[in-house]
Amino acid sequence: MSTALTPPPRKNPQKRTVSPTRPPETRSRAAMGLSAAAAEGRFALQCCSECDRVQYPPRDACCNCLSTELPWKNISPNGTILAETTVQTSTKLYFRERAPWRTGSVKLDAGPTLICHLHGDCERNGRVKMINRLDRSGQGVLLAMPQERSPNMEDDPQLRAMTSDPKHRRVLITDARNPNSPTLAKAIVEAGASMVFIGEGESWRPYPEQKELAAIDKVEILPLDVTDTLSVQRLAGEIGGKTDILINNARFVRPGGVLARGDTGFARDEMEVNYLGLMRLAQAFGPGMCSRTSDGVNSAVAWVNILSVHALSNAPDYGCFSASNAAARSLSQSMRAEFRSSGLRVMNVYCGPTDDDWHQPLPPPKVLLSALARSVVQGLKDGLEETYCGDVAKDLYERFRQNPNVLEREMTMGGDGA
Amino acid sequence: MSQSTLTDLASQIAAGDIHIVDLTHTLDPDFPVIILPPEFGQCARFRMEEISAYDHRGPAWKWHNITLSEHTGTHFDAPSHWISGRDVPNNSVDEIAPEMFVGPVCVIDCSVDAAKDDDFELTPEVIQDWETKHGKIPKGAWVLMRTDWSKKSGAAYLNMREDGPHSPGPTPDGIRFLIDKREIRGFGTETIGTDAGQGSHYTPPYPAHYFLHGAGKYGLQCLANLDQLPPTGAILMAAPLKIRNGTGSPLRVLAMVSGENA
Amino acid sequence: MTRASKRIRQSYDGAVLVAPFSTPYQRYSIDTAHWWIAKALRGSLDAAGLKPTEIDGFTVSSFTLFPDTAVGLTQHLGLCPRWLDHIPMGGASGVVAMRRAARAVQTGDADIVACVSGDTNHIDSFRQMLSSFSRFASDASYPYGYGGPNANFALLTDRYMQEYGATREDFGRICVAQRDNALKNPNAVMKKPLSLDDYMNARPISDPIALFDCVMPCAGSEAFLVMSEEEAVKRNLPFARISGAIERHNAHPEDPIQLRGGWTMDIDELYDTAQCTPDQIDLLQTYDDYPVISIMQIEDLGFCPKGDAAQFVRDHDLTIEGDFPHNTSGGQLSAGQAGAAGGFIGLVEAIRQVTGKAGPTQVKDAKRAMASGFGMINYDRGVCSAAAIIQAGDP
Repeated sequence: MSTALTPPPRKNPQKRTVSPTRPPETRSRAAMGLSAAAAEGRFALQCCSECDRVQYPPRDACCNCLSTELPWKNISPNGTILAETTVQTSTKLYFRERAPWRTGSVKLDAGPTLICHLHGDCERNGRVKMINRLDRSGQGVLLAMPQERSPNMEDDPQLRAMTSDPKHRRVLITDARNPNSPTLAKAIVEAGASMVFIGEGESWRPYPEQKELAAIDKVEILPLDVTDTLSVQRLAGEIGGKTDILINNARFVRPGGVLARGDTGFARDEMEVNYLGLMRLAQAFGPGMCSRTSDGVNSAVAWVNILSVHALSNAPDYGCFSASNAAARSLSQSMRAEFRSSGLRVMNVYCGPTDDDWHQPLPPPKVLLSALARSVVQGLKDGLEETYCGDVAKDLYERFRQNPNVLEREMTMGGDGA
Repeated sequence: MSQSTLTDLASQIAAGDIHIVDLTHTLDPDFPVIILPPEFGQCARFRMEEISAYDHRGPAWKWHNITLSEHTGTHFDAPSHWISGRDVPNNSVDEIAPEMFVGPVCVIDCSVDAAKDDDFELTPEVIQDWETKHGKIPKGAWVLMRTDWSKKSGAAYLNMREDGPHSPGPTPDGIRFLIDKREIRGFGTETIGTDAGQGSHYTPPYPAHYFLHGAGKYGLQCLANLDQLPPTGAILMAAPLKIRNGTGSPLRVLAMVSGENA
Repeated sequence: MTRASKRIRQSYDGAVLVAPFSTPYQRYSIDTAHWWIAKALRGSLDAAGLKPTEIDGFTVSSFTLFPDTAVGLTQHLGLCPRWLDHIPMGGASGVVAMRRAARAVQTGDADIVACVSGDTNHIDSFRQMLSSFSRFASDASYPYGYGGPNANFALLTDRYMQEYGATREDFGRICVAQRDNALKNPNAVMKKPLSLDDYMNARPISDPIALFDCVMPCAGSEAFLVMSEEEAVKRNLPFARISGAIERHNAHPEDPIQLRGGWTMDIDELYDTAQCTPDQIDLLQTYDDYPVISIMQIEDLGFCPKGDAAQFVRDHDLTIEGDFPHNTSGGQLSAGQAGAAGGFIGLVEAIRQVTGKAGPTQVKDAKRAMASGFGMINYDRGVCSAAAIIQAGDP
């Protein structure tokens, strides 16, 4: 079993912070399919659409029939370890710094042999369950896990190097006023975070969650208004050097599309919070977090955006809000690109309508606060980049994947005309 | 007015015989603004973004872009701000004659009562009681309601509760008395609006706004340092930005106070 | 391997191997692959008394020639061949180059073909070369800490040991014997004796592989010429005949892990063509980037049954004077691995041996040698394999 991770000692101020290094990033276009699946935590391999042969490594043509139709499909992850080695030294600095590093060769029940990382609890030549995770270069890698859960398994150093586990980390939740903040904060504390900072804007304006938040152990409420550059910079100056995970739950939402609104007032507020707020946070906290991605047990590890799933395809009843989320989603891609060289991960959690005042007129199902908190925590533990919370979001994403243009019509068509 | 009056004024200001009192709060992003039910449009908070700071964005200069509402911070309300004043002539800030921005000021000190009662009301009785001590409010005067509310900050300043904000202000009769009986120029407060925090529950709702602007009078709110003004005798200068069709404007409100009052 | 219809393949009669040349290796070099290839070509031509313009065929193997290929080298080196080849098969490139050149000479497409390989080794060039080695490697092995093939061969070694009961000592015997041989080769990079204890106690690299299981990347180059027997006789050059040669790529893809190479598909044909049996081979040059691969070749090339090579190396003396001379120059394990020249080192040494020109590493009465090649860990296994049996020109 894995050794339980102990809380890190206080940082020695005389020691230089370790510069981030990362594993090899280069991949072929075909292999990006593995990374795309890893971003969602799926174990998927190419599977020939003509002869069903499961392929690995990723190819451009089937090694059995030369078909070039090789869609990525979720594959049974079970397999058996054939051989293993513990890398004691490597030409690649990332592995040299983390040696010894256990890797092996797994014969997948579905066919191919996979070179993969081996979780420390895998038995020699044992049965394993493969998972597909993003490594710190943001690319998908295969990791063999024991088939049965083992104690502290998430603390395995190789697994932890790929995930964004909140355990022993310090987390900033940016908006105390969002009704989801107490549930989120409790879930993060339960996941082992050593500290949860919560940003509170306009402290002159009371809000119902305040008492509940203040009562949570390890929670500290600090002033932060994402629409105010100075406020964001001030807080980054204060806690930017010890923010390991940033969860941006700040959100401004009002119903209405372009004509229903008739002005740009709320749209401006939506952009100020949902888009520019994210940018301000990224500009203030991003550089510091990027420089601390190799800083030991409580290294900076992930940036979380809670977005509406309508960032993918507009919901006209909330048309302007959807647009601001589309802008935020696009910005998150830019952040990913800019954070990538440091290994800091950007995770987007897409939600359907949430169970709050602004979605009160909408019919169920709605995303419960507890479900959102679970998605965030699980996404961090799985090291995801993209996760969909709730049935509405999952359904919409599925339809988006199938055909975004059909989805747009589904979303925007009214009843029968005259 | 002779030239010598102005020369005297200048030399008395220079000599400190006339004090200039700043009645303005600093524009600060975290300064409270009026809160309306969230489905209504909202007053923009003051925001400041750096354009450059002697750096790659502009090597020798520093400057900011600011955004704010007409009604953010210490600000002026023009008659066009309220529906009752929408047909009043010259009702927007750019149309108001400049001489209206400078005038005598009476300060009704309600600070002792407001300290005891967040919802303290300025009634005709309170005004008349003040007049018995300080004389009748002259026609065309600014009337400021001193509550020392400006010494509060943050949550205490807005004083928002489940049933809305609680802060002192005039009753419908109180404001009508000032307008109809005293023909004032405008009315100012230290709180976030010219109306009481619970002003929406009067008939009509928000009577200060309704009656002042319907009568072509002006409002000043979020004033500070009213405790440095005498009850009478000071001159108020409150010139809003010249915004086309503007319904109000943040501004620097100054008062001239003669030395014997200071 | 049996096949439904078995063609008798044409012999390599008439084409012979001459002028083997090895440029002394260096651990690091500030010179380029072009420089090293020129050195070997010049050395081989000098040995044959030829000028560059007198060769009309040229084949080259190199990893560090980028962005050039054989094409760029013709202009760079002032060659004007009518037959040109570039063989990117790493450890198999020597035998493969020989086969193709011999066919060109047999058919008359060329009269004299220079077969050259060479690579430089700058500080850090090995690491850079690895990162762009193959698409499968960058997609599916490099991201797992496989800084080069160490970890790949560790897996094969681990599986081989489990499957056949080989021990680290067995692999050590190969390394120790080769170091003995290398001490006789003045050009070998490794100059210190190696004991089995040294081997067993070496720094672990990627378990079960330790330091002395790994080759030392270095700079170097190798060359030989292929010409007609008449040409060699006319020029009075000692030569070797090609008794048979095979190559095979991506053999046994269904094997989940590589415990055998492509030789197993063609080895019977090789002995048939050469009209000899394993016990008639005087010396063996295996491709030895890791001892497990030499072990595998000893089996797959027919010297013992599958799984018995560990016992075989326990029972035999693999040194120059031994009963089973193996990798007589010290092989890559002790002479160094000069990139693609590693695919030539065994064959070039074999030509020296059967022509009696091996000097201090000469095996007494060596008349028939086998040289084997293995190359290109594309993903989880070596893809290319090749082998040749060559004989002294005047038996």
